[in-house]
Amino acid sequence: MITPLLATATPGAPEHGLLLQLLVIFLAAAFTDNILLTRFLGMCSFLAISRQMKTSLGLGVAVALVTTATAGLNYLVHRFITVPLGIEFLELIIFIVVIAAFVQLVEMVVERVSLPLYFALGIFLPLITVNCAILGVSLFMLNKAGYGFWQCLVFGAGSGFGWMLAILLMAGIRQRLKTDKIPAGLQGAGITLIITGIIALAFVGFSGMIKF
Amino acid sequence: MLSGWVLFWVAVGALCALCGVLAALLVVADRVLNNYGTRTIRINGGEKTIVGPGGETLLSLLGSEKLFIPSACGGRGSCGLCKLKVTRGGGSLLPTEEPHLSNAERAAGTRLACQLKVREDMDIEVPRHLFAIRQFRARVAALEPLTYDIKRLRLELLDPETISFVPGQYVQLQTPVYGKNPDPVYRAYSIASDPTADRHLDLIIRLVPNGICTTWVFTLLKVGDEVRLNGPYGEFRLHDTEHEMIFIAGGSGMAPFLSFLAELQRQQSRRRIRYFFGARAVRDLFLLERLREFEKNLADFRFIPALSEPQPGDNWDGERGLITDVVGRHYPDCADKEAYLCGSPGMCDACVKVLTQHGLPADRISFDKFA
Repeated sequence: MITPLLATATPGAPEHGLLLQLLVIFLAAAFTDNILLTRFLGMCSFLAISRQMKTSLGLGVAVALVTTATAGLNYLVHRFITVPLGIEFLELIIFIVVIAAFVQLVEMVVERVSLPLYFALGIFLPLITVNCAILGVSLFMLNKAGYGFWQCLVFGAGSGFGWMLAILLMAGIRQRLKTDKIPAGLQGAGITLIITGIIALAFVGFSGMIKF
Repeated sequence: MLSGWVLFWVAVGALCALCGVLAALLVVADRVLNNYGTRTIRINGGEKTIVGPGGETLLSLLGSEKLFIPSACGGRGSCGLCKLKVTRGGGSLLPTEEPHLSNAERAAGTRLACQLKVREDMDIEVPRHLFAIRQFRARVAALEPLTYDIKRLRLELLDPETISFVPGQYVQLQTPVYGKNPDPVYRAYSIASDPTADRHLDLIIRLVPNGICTTWVFTLLKVGDEVRLNGPYGEFRLHDTEHEMIFIAGGSGMAPFLSFLAELQRQQSRRRIRYFFGARAVRDLFLLERLREFEKNLADFRFIPALSEPQPGDNWDGERGLITDVVGRHYPDCADKEAYLCGSPGMCDACVKVLTQHGLPADRISFDKFA
């Protein structure tokens, strides 16, 4: 029953209510349009950090928080600075600067407010500054028709959640693979990329469910 | 045409303004969020107390109060020399400290002073000899070649004017910013001078290919230049016993032994001392006259250079072979001896192996490895 409902509730048709539209945007960004598995962005940290569940969770949470917040921030920058001034062509540079400054700021705040959280996330935050998935989310959301502030925020949250989901899936698989015999030539990045491809195929399957 | 230029300046202005605003925001945030008020650090149970601004690392806070903790990497968390015991107010161990600390050290509360931020009042323990460490300004009084790749650097101390050190200790020479060296870096050199001549310091420096500090010393430093250094550091020193002493050195490892010999001469020591110096060929030997003088002035001292690859023109009739073999030949049994080593880690490790095989207890071997 839910599938046809989702299929009709496309982002371009807000008459179904804002909340439903936001839910669809979230699910679409996390599953059918997964930033890592269908766009292959943020691969370097995904390959490097996905060995253990604990560190993957730390990095995943950090990415999800930062994509959400920077999507909102960059939408405001787009709406109130770059569009009125007619300098949308600078958004690539401006968004990077905003993301970098925001990450620095968050790092300082987290260090002050909660030391345990700082030690759990702290080492991942500077790493995220140059994560292309974060910049990708900010740039892609502007290509979607009819996205306002809330839609962008939820799109960011969904994309970040999708990235976290992907790295957690990979960490789970890689932990199991530890005891398996893998041909020497495929160990490490090789087998990880093959598995990523298989998971990506499964995620492409989701796009059959939701017409986006 | 005009609108093109307007757009250009709008774009440049907007980008600059945005970067400026974000930078200002970060500076303000750093001031506000990184402000931990004034913090008190109690050292060795109240022997000394330091009050300073929180939010800095323990190393830089202690440094600003003239308490210098050894740190070869300059606070990057890579050398692991700035270990201190923190008994209160240190918080939990940081991921950047973990690789440097053994389980026993973790249990004892040892931390890296360069990584630990001062957020609360702290109780720490600092080895007492570190209190004597000072920052010095000095002038290059002489810079003379000893061999084709070793120079002796004589420094005249300006501020403070004198230094008090134990023979065997080292200082850290600051290499300033030059050419491809973007930040001042510190490198450790053993003191080669007589401790009673406390107004100057001799350092013996061997050119390391592409070395930051040695390249600077060999190519840019001139007599009359002003340099900065701090020290003295180190636990390598003479032990006051009656055992026969075996000195073993190679290359610029000569330095601490010159200081040792000056001290022993001052004490009019009667101890038997044999100094084995390893080199490739005659062109690697230096300060032979100074050592002959020590042979004359000391009761029972002999300098025994050993060449591993004497050249045809050297006309060498002294000891030949690797330093380990030469020492092994001279001392088939060294159970009642005492050994002092200074040189490359490879040479030190090989000599320790030979000496212990020949019966020397490990607690009577002192060494200073070049890291």
